[in-house]
Amino acid sequence: MDFELDEEQQALREAARSLLSKRYADFETRRGTVADAPGFDRDTWSRMAEMGLLGLPFTEGDGGMGAGPVEVAVVAEEVGRVIAPEPFLTSVVLAGGLVAATGTAEQRAELLGGLASGESLVALAHAEPGARWTSTAAGVRAEQGDGGWRLTGVKEPVPQGAEADVLVVSAALPEGGTGLFTIAGDADGVTRNGYRAPDGSRAARVALDGAVATPLGEAGQDQATAIAAAYDGARVAAAQQAVGAMQVALETTAGYLNSREQFGVPLKRFQALTFRAADLYVAVELARSLALWAAMVHADPDTSAEERTTAATRAWAQASKAGRLVGQEAIQLHGGIGMTAEYSVGSYTAHLTTLDHLLGDARHHLARLAATVGDHAEVDPLG
Amino acid sequence: MRLQLSEEDEAFRAELRTFFTTEVDEGVRATVRDRGELTKDQIVATHRTLNAAGLAVPHWPVEWGGKDWSPLRRHLWHEEMQRACVPPPLAFNASMIGPVIAAFGTQEQKERFLPPTANVDIFWSQGFSEPGAGSDLASLRTAAVRDGDDWIVNGQKTWTTLGQWGDWIFTLVRTNPDVKKQAGISMLLIDMRSPGVEVRPIELIDGGHEVNEVWFTDVRVPGENLVGEVDSGWTQAKFLLGNERVGVAPVGATKRVLAQAKEWAAATRSGDGTLLDDPHVAVRIAELENELMALELTALRVVANSADGKPHPASSVLKLRGTELQQAVSELVVDLAGPGALAFGTGEADSDLPVWARRSTPTYLNLRKASIYGGSNEVQRQIIAGTILGL
Ligand SMILES: Cc1cc2nc3c(=O)[nH]c(=O)nc-3n(C[C@H](O)[C@H](O)[C@H](O)COP(=O)(O)OP(=O)(O)OC[C@H]3O[C@@H](n4cnc5c(N)ncnc54)[C@H](O)[C@@H]3O)c2cc1C
Repeated sequence: MDFELDEEQQALREAARSLLSKRYADFETRRGTVADAPGFDRDTWSRMAEMGLLGLPFTEGDGGMGAGPVEVAVVAEEVGRVIAPEPFLTSVVLAGGLVAATGTAEQRAELLGGLASGESLVALAHAEPGARWTSTAAGVRAEQGDGGWRLTGVKEPVPQGAEADVLVVSAALPEGGTGLFTIAGDADGVTRNGYRAPDGSRAARVALDGAVATPLGEAGQDQATAIAAAYDGARVAAAQQAVGAMQVALETTAGYLNSREQFGVPLKRFQALTFRAADLYVAVELARSLALWAAMVHADPDTSAEERTTAATRAWAQASKAGRLVGQEAIQLHGGIGMTAEYSVGSYTAHLTTLDHLLGDARHHLARLAATVGDHAEVDPLG
Repeated sequence: MRLQLSEEDEAFRAELRTFFTTEVDEGVRATVRDRGELTKDQIVATHRTLNAAGLAVPHWPVEWGGKDWSPLRRHLWHEEMQRACVPPPLAFNASMIGPVIAAFGTQEQKERFLPPTANVDIFWSQGFSEPGAGSDLASLRTAAVRDGDDWIVNGQKTWTTLGQWGDWIFTLVRTNPDVKKQAGISMLLIDMRSPGVEVRPIELIDGGHEVNEVWFTDVRVPGENLVGEVDSGWTQAKFLLGNERVGVAPVGATKRVLAQAKEWAAATRSGDGTLLDDPHVAVRIAELENELMALELTALRVVANSADGKPHPASSVLKLRGTELQQAVSELVVDLAGPGALAFGTGEADSDLPVWARRSTPTYLNLRKASIYGGSNEVQRQIIAGTILGL
């Protein structure tokens, strides 16, 4: 087993870091960017496209770079380090990943090509009010009539739902099962109410009223498994994104303990605080190990679907738990300044919380793992 | 020892319950129930409703509107208020500056300030913290220099909660730079409309603007606004902070939110049942209920023992654990909201997600403050270790 990045992966990291950390070097720039529509920087998005980041996981035939989960994780970590508001995780990894897995060759070329070039923003409209991190749809129903397929119902929250050019929508099929469809964002019968998520990213309520939809992939097919797999892929990338965010929140906190003086000494003179910072370091490193491992499991063509799901669940459960701890402690160890919008650590905490509820919190995933503890005698990362 | 309330106390509680649930504006109570933000008018109007009924400052000396209740009755008053979603009387007035003026003020100051403080005709702000003086409050630098009978104040306060609504601010200022830092501090009452006072908002991570910076540039303050002796402010500050700690653990409100959380869990689909059937959720709720019960019983033990108005040293337990549980319940609620917690900035736009879910993340983020202000939880541990355990 080897956790080192190869030269190409290192170069990718440098390139992504240089672009993102330059753009968001000043936290005020991020604040300004998320304050205004569309909530991210179009120019940075284009530069990410030029660099190949938006097509990273897609095959060259589909207009992408043909890279794998490890490369995606490398970029996700850089996104996390500056909590870049560009929707790499939700549009490229999640929505794009699902299109790559289920679309016809034509659909892949069109949708992924547009996504990779930065010309067209794709969003996955899957979550429904009242449902929690499932892979099926119930609130939006698909019907087949003379004019083809039509969808009715409400999707919420849809990350980037109001800004997307194309919506990938899951819907309950007439014969049972969950199908996937595409709908143009501005199509008739689509009402979108966009709003800010707690970390400044954008989400929306998307109401469909007989909106005309095109089946993604084979019409009428149950795609629940593919939806679950796309979310698992997103969890692996998100785990690394969270690690990037936690790492910086921790560094910022350590820096603050070094410089902030109370009672005539820097805060680092209080062991009660430095030990807590040390515990955060432990939490970040453990989360990092599982995140890297999960990316490798996903990159390995010999692993089974079940192994990939378990790896994603384990990595995200750990990242979610660590993110909660690091976020809460980063604010607490800063005192009042940590509560302010102008200072960064609060926004890191908000981002970690938002990721949690986008992808399922630690308890949700631990419950999934708990259901399988009887299946194995011990856990073995080497398979 | 005795388990039940006496008949008289039981009747007392019932009477309060009726008052709170019938006399306080339903709109205000609904806002609290939905975890929304109260307007200034709502805070003031509720406080006045309570004051008119003698329920705003029962813990003050009788002469100034106090009730001479037993500590148990005071506790019941506080709990019933929170259970009924009634916002407690403005803390700056009722629990902080009022008792200080009653204990340390001149007769003139009492007559001038206590009635309008009890009725929020003066909306008070607390001007203690400074950028360089947080946990280490005694290192504050805002200076007051004598000019005839007056004081001239220069400096900056920060984290002033609701300072944008404040009429007056009670401050700690440095009046003697040449002595041990605790010995050179005085307490001054400053009219926030005085020339040279500027209030600037600070945005917090939940998007709200509840705290402010307050700047003083050559602000002239009449000598009669000094509370207590010159350079004795630290004594009054300690008295005030002790009271702040007792009031700051909102057991009643946390219990109420937890009860609501069970309703929300029962209304949220999960697998074949609801979230309340999910053993993980149920265990977490059970644990929180038990911890809250232990805290409430501790509060009852502590109030029963607080002699002559001085907070029991174990009040640090209430602050420490009370804020932790308040935060833990808010965290439970975000988790119950699940993906719905993303729908934060819905504003006027339509959303199909329930209000409690949409408010869950800002509330969770906002409540991170509870373990920071009013003496951070690290400071409380320090007090327990030092004062109680002698370490
Ligand atoms: C939302 C909010 C509202 C507030 N409202 C008011 C108000 O209305 N009026 C007012 O005057 N103030 C107010 N405060 C200020 C509050 O009292 C201070 O934030 C608090 O005293 C902590 O100070 P600090 O923020 O400077 O943090 P610091 O004192 O710098 O502390 C940073 C961290 O170090 C820890 N720490 C500090 N010293 C020690 C030590 N000796 N041992 C171990 N750990 C230590 C702290 O616990 C904290 O975790 C408010 C604060 C907030 C966040």
